[in-house]
Amino acid sequence: MAAPAHTGHIGSLKLYLGIWGLLLLLTFTTVMVAFVDLGPFNIVVALVIATIKGSLVALFFMHLRESSKMTMIVAVASLFWLFILLSLTMTDYVSRAWSTRLH
Amino acid sequence: MATAVQTVERENYLNSNYGIKSWLLTTDHKRIAMLYLVSITAMFWIGGFFAMMIRLNLLTPSGELVTADTYNKLFSMHGIIMVFFFLIPSVPAVIGNFVIPLMVGAKDLAFPRVNLLSWYVYMLGACVELTAMVTGGVDTGWTFYTPFSTTYSNTHVIGAALGIFIAGFSSILTGLNFIVTIHRMRAPGMTWRRLPLFCWSNYAAALIMVLGTPVIAITLLLVAVERGLGIGIFNPQLGGDPLLFQHLFWFYSHPAVYIMILPGMGVISEIVTCFSRKRVFGYEFVALASIAIAVLGFLVWAHHMFVAGISVYAALVFSMLSYLVAIPSAVKVFNWTATMYKGSIRYDTPMLYAFGFIGLFTMGGLTGIFLATLGIDVHVHDTYFVVAHFHYVMVGGMVMAYMAGLHFWWPKITGRMYPEGWAKLSALLVFVGFNTTFFPQFVLGYMGMPRRYHAYPPEFQVLNVLSTAGASILAVGYVLPMIYFLWSLRYGEPAPPNPWNAVGLEWMTPSPPPTHNFDETPVVTWEAYDYEHQPQEEVTVGH
Amino acid sequence: MATSDIQIAEHALQHHFADMEQQRETASFGMWAFLLTEVMFFGGMFCAYLVYRAAYYQAFVQGSQRMDLLAGAVNTAVLICSSLTMALAVRAAKMGKSKTVVTFLLITILFAFAFLVIKGFEYHGHWVDHQFPGPNFHFEPLKGPAVDPLHTEIFFSLYWVMTGLHALHVIVGIMLITWLVTVILRGRVSAHYYNPVDTVGLYWHFVDLVWIYLFPLFYLISKQHGS
Repeated sequence: MAAPAHTGHIGSLKLYLGIWGLLLLLTFTTVMVAFVDLGPFNIVVALVIATIKGSLVALFFMHLRESSKMTMIVAVASLFWLFILLSLTMTDYVSRAWSTRLH
Repeated sequence: MATAVQTVERENYLNSNYGIKSWLLTTDHKRIAMLYLVSITAMFWIGGFFAMMIRLNLLTPSGELVTADTYNKLFSMHGIIMVFFFLIPSVPAVIGNFVIPLMVGAKDLAFPRVNLLSWYVYMLGACVELTAMVTGGVDTGWTFYTPFSTTYSNTHVIGAALGIFIAGFSSILTGLNFIVTIHRMRAPGMTWRRLPLFCWSNYAAALIMVLGTPVIAITLLLVAVERGLGIGIFNPQLGGDPLLFQHLFWFYSHPAVYIMILPGMGVISEIVTCFSRKRVFGYEFVALASIAIAVLGFLVWAHHMFVAGISVYAALVFSMLSYLVAIPSAVKVFNWTATMYKGSIRYDTPMLYAFGFIGLFTMGGLTGIFLATLGIDVHVHDTYFVVAHFHYVMVGGMVMAYMAGLHFWWPKITGRMYPEGWAKLSALLVFVGFNTTFFPQFVLGYMGMPRRYHAYPPEFQVLNVLSTAGASILAVGYVLPMIYFLWSLRYGEPAPPNPWNAVGLEWMTPSPPPTHNFDETPVVTWEAYDYEHQPQEEVTVGH
Repeated sequence: MATSDIQIAEHALQHHFADMEQQRETASFGMWAFLLTEVMFFGGMFCAYLVYRAAYYQAFVQGSQRMDLLAGAVNTAVLICSSLTMALAVRAAKMGKSKTVVTFLLITILFAFAFLVIKGFEYHGHWVDHQFPGPNFHFEPLKGPAVDPLHTEIFFSLYWVMTGLHALHVIVGIMLITWLVTVILRGRVSAHYYNPVDTVGLYWHFVDLVWIYLFPLFYLISKQHGS
């Protein structure tokens, strides 16, 4: 059986170190922002930063950028299904108080 | 004429290696399917034993055959075994494992060792579950509602939950294997549009397995943690919400019913087209309907909770979504019917079971619409109406599809034909027995008989007796195939490669197939179910 | 040496695959599909967290203020560093530099142990402060109005179970990486066949990913609210 050349280009060392540095910087940022009172936006900012960090890990460390479309679909599907679980469950909790308010 | 012991000379997956180690350490998907066949059949009879005890107890209104507590354990264990250890793995692990690599033109599934691991994990789960059962059982129902399961029940909740947790991983591994196989292992020319619908259905079921099972895994883990350590997130006395458990439980357990039925629908698609000698009507629609069922099935779970205390607005949303999920199922039923229209119908046993499936699944499915209707559900929730509904789709539907598939692929799997006369009789007994058992339960439920009660008001007795009588007929209908299938292994007529004149890659291999499936990787140049262009001379059975 | 690189790949090729490329893509796809199941596994708990945070916000704020922020932040950095070394290990594997791979993998294990040690100290602290749910649970808020202690107990229940489950995954990760080191030392991996490194790497990055979300949800709810 012929052994093919390996696929996937090799990222430069600078790229990996750069992403690492960015991740540490974002961690520092999210800790600092927690000390600022943004009201309901604290959680939003925290989750946005976490998502940026997660995307960096997924795209660069996990090579999602270079992976097939199917792999990308799998990654997105996982988030989408989690979203279904969270949002449809919350339709119950969010709306429970509504009927009592009608009285 | 074939003699009683006619051995097949050439190498096949059954005779390539002898000895128990060659079976217990096999990575051949066909042998693993057989390992599953034995385990799942055993679990079916254990679950059936519990069903028999339930029906016997319900012969009298006072229900004194067993105590109330024992009765609670009986229906719990019947449900757990039948759902998690029989229905969910049945078609995928037995038929799917065997047939899918053949259908896509591959030598094996993508991950053969993971496949073997999935069987061992299943066996471990089954052993844990059965141990919990023989050492005292569990009485929470297969639904494990909190806080009864976490706080108040005095039975082996953790053991029972652990067994299911373990078996869930078997399901996840099977699902992973199927998804990756169907994506990556198709032979040249086997495009998505040429895939047998059985593959589409199992693919859709595998998606659900992979997306849903982890949620019940974590939920049961949380139940065990809460029960064992008193860490309460489901116990209202500790600030928790019991409905959160129900949300998480049903997020999996509703799609689970589609894990159960989709592979069965795949079997029916294969059989209807073969025994009508016609291409499936609307192939793309049937394929996409499978995916639609898988996706929509995740959006409807709270229809199990309409009277549990969720907000009425959420209930409205889930009710509407539940109507939607019926549509792709209906599409499939219409398409099967249209396939048969002006087809050349043969009434062999697989087709008889397929007819039964289509009729009974439709009835079960329609009664599901009644249950999705809030106003009706308020009255029939937790009554025998619900019990009848899900037995129509699961037994009248799914178990019939499993029997249909076993009969259809039996010649391929074993190289032997089963006796057609006895098979037809069994199919008839199953149909009559099933309807006699479960139709009265629709009436009972509508009249108000609650489920999960060991006793009932005397006016319900006649229908209960009728139901139990039906169950005994049904049991005979299931025992007979056990006997004649075993008989056929030694005395059945040797089967040709394609006894049904079916179109499909699996029918192009010998019966039984060689270990490596194909001598050369097939190249597919024909469309799915190309019955119009099938060559005329094919070896037929027994003539 | 190039020839033995290819021989290693040929030896690793399984019979049901047409070529190594198919095997590699299949292995990677399989691991991503498995990670999808892990997302849903943790997802159930994230759902519970969401429901209770919405209902008991003040209790969650106060519980969060009792978290050891320094420990949590350092642990986040530790895992990020471990992700870097893991990514560099995979990179070295693609270049066929087995010794470098092993070095990076061993450093990753060290970071993983560091994470567990810090977590252990944290858990010990919480335990001593009666912040483990159950009959011995006792909670005094640092500041702010008194809340129903049961609600804070739920916060800690979620904390212990979610971070505990995550820690279990870290332990499994250490075992997987250790196994990987033995595979490489036995010469089973080359530039033409590095699937095990790739797939274990994916798993390890996922472990990092989960913590990236756990950290703000438990440690950073607010340093300002509830005053």
